[in-house]
Amino acid sequence: MIFASIIFYLFSIVAVVGALNVILQRNPVHSVLWLILTFFNSAGLFVLLGAEFIAMVLVVVYVGAVAVLFLFVVMMLDINTTIMREGFLKYLPIASIILLVFLIELITVFIGAYSGEDIFVLTREPIPDPLIVTNTESIGNILYTDYIYLFQSAGVVLLVAMIGAIVLTHRRRPGMKRQNISKQIDRSPKDTLEIIKVDTGKGIT
Amino acid sequence: MDIIPNLFPALPEIIVLISSLVILLAGVFYEKNNLRNSIRFSLFILFILLFVIVMTNHIPNETFNGLFVVNPFTAFSKLMIILSSIFSILLIKPWLKNQSINIYEVPVLILFATLGMMMMLSANDLISLYIGLELQSLSLYVLASFNKNDLRSAESGVKYFVLGALASGLLLYGSSLIYGYSGSTNFNDISLVIANKEVNLALIIGLIFLISGFAFKISAVPFHMWTPDVYEGAPTPITAFFSVGPKIAALCLLLRILYGPLEGIVNEWRQILIFFSISSMLWGSIAAIAQSNIKRLIAYSSIGHVGYALIGIISGTPEGVRGVLYYLLIYLFMNIGTFCVILSMKIKDRYVEDISNLSGLSKSNPVLAFSFAVLMFSMAGIPPLAGFFGKYFIFISAIEADLVYLAVIGLLASVIGAFYYLRLIKIMYFDDIQDTIDSPSSSLIYILSVCSFFIIFYILIPEPLLSYAEFAAMSLFKG
Repeated sequence: MIFASIIFYLFSIVAVVGALNVILQRNPVHSVLWLILTFFNSAGLFVLLGAEFIAMVLVVVYVGAVAVLFLFVVMMLDINTTIMREGFLKYLPIASIILLVFLIELITVFIGAYSGEDIFVLTREPIPDPLIVTNTESIGNILYTDYIYLFQSAGVVLLVAMIGAIVLTHRRRPGMKRQNISKQIDRSPKDTLEIIKVDTGKGIT
Repeated sequence: MDIIPNLFPALPEIIVLISSLVILLAGVFYEKNNLRNSIRFSLFILFILLFVIVMTNHIPNETFNGLFVVNPFTAFSKLMIILSSIFSILLIKPWLKNQSINIYEVPVLILFATLGMMMMLSANDLISLYIGLELQSLSLYVLASFNKNDLRSAESGVKYFVLGALASGLLLYGSSLIYGYSGSTNFNDISLVIANKEVNLALIIGLIFLISGFAFKISAVPFHMWTPDVYEGAPTPITAFFSVGPKIAALCLLLRILYGPLEGIVNEWRQILIFFSISSMLWGSIAAIAQSNIKRLIAYSSIGHVGYALIGIISGTPEGVRGVLYYLLIYLFMNIGTFCVILSMKIKDRYVEDISNLSGLSKSNPVLAFSFAVLMFSMAGIPPLAGFFGKYFIFISAIEADLVYLAVIGLLASVIGAFYYLRLIKIMYFDDIQDTIDSPSSSLIYILSVCSFFIIFYILIPEPLLSYAEFAAMSLFKG
């Protein structure tokens, strides 16, 4: 057990430090790199919780796709950070009010969580026993049976997003060269190539 | 356990989905005339759907592990949605031709929006509700901004997207709190928990967030800010669609939620809706007075109409629900008719949107002016036109539910509203002619005459629609 606690503190301390650095770094590229570190550590925390599926998804989706995209965007845009930092003092009071609200919310959540009120009367089975099925398997079990409707409709939502992106950005540019495969295959050497016998030493005139 | 869930109740949705995929694929392979073909095929599918829904969806049924439900209420609201999609596809045809836009995905996106609305109306679970809603909104964001030649169209798309995403966030947050309270996302379970457990603060906050999310979608004051800008910027036929389809869908869904899982906390949601209703009615009428752009004016008028419809929801009786359904149906025809007139406002083949462009319409095109006058009288709620009956049943239900003050405020607001409707008529009939408006295309005249006939002659045979709406409303109350 002590080993698990050590690992937990290791991961969470690095995650918190990483998260702090995301907002404290001057260079946005460094921020994104810290963000990736934070993602990795959160994934580690999920593994400790026994949720290895979410851990892997976090690595694959967030690190593999989202963070890398962030990195590209940050490197492509020329963001002037000094301008963005202006008005820090101006917004400080309102920011601290919001901070206070969040703090109070957190505290109430903790108090509520430990008050020991048993409210989950009709709760569906939260998770099956991890010793019997792995959680990847149990997600698969309900995702493709009970929730097949949601799974498919989420797919439709993504399809519409794709169509939307194409409709909004696709333009027919005049004079654009496109590949026409059947035309390419139809070409025979006779139409385009001319074979000339060249006498040695004379060249082509 | 069945391996394959019962697909029969979801037959209309499956038909829309498959046919839109077919149109998409066909459009890729047959590039010639693909816009025209996709419009024709979408219309064909939607007409078939009307038939399929009438035939199959009236028997209460549940499928997909309780995520999807059909009953007469969903059937009635889906029929309204499909009607509005049919009208908007008909409206968009001449518009695309005029703007020489050749994007064959437009009808497909309307089909997808229809699919999303049908899915959210049939949702029996917070998750399926959200997915349907998102499918609908995502298609609508694209539809608002597909006109790349117009900067305002892009602006309206971005505005709609940002505020719509915010509304979705509110809705999700509310749903998560309700889930936290009840331990389930299923509507039946939630209503059971609410009936058996003490109501606590988390549920109330969740309820407020959920209703606020919906208020965005139906553009009730104070969540209406996006409406005039989006209505003004979006392509006019799409504005017509926005003003009927999504609004009707969101209002019907609100009915389904408030009278389904959240029925046990009537007194809590009633207060919120009373506020929304009063402020929408008043603001919708007052702010419209200052508008000079006709699309903005219609936006405010639609905000007002939402306020009236909310009265019916607040009343909490089957008569009130019937009144809402009935009101929405009449509103559908009135609004589509109005947008036919707006789309006819062309000067030298260019669309104009200013109210003053209507001046002298009675001399240049008396038929158009007359039908517009009829529509405006109906919107203002003047008997014997259809709009009067819509308001009448809503106010009656409010009075029967001891909410006389709501009915009085509603009457006052409609008197204020009558001012700007009548002002349009005055401009058409008594102002001097400025620019002659082109004679409208024949398809617009057909749709306009359908709507005007419905509104004028509705009084002769009100019974079938009324009893159908009552039949649909009753299915909400069986529990």
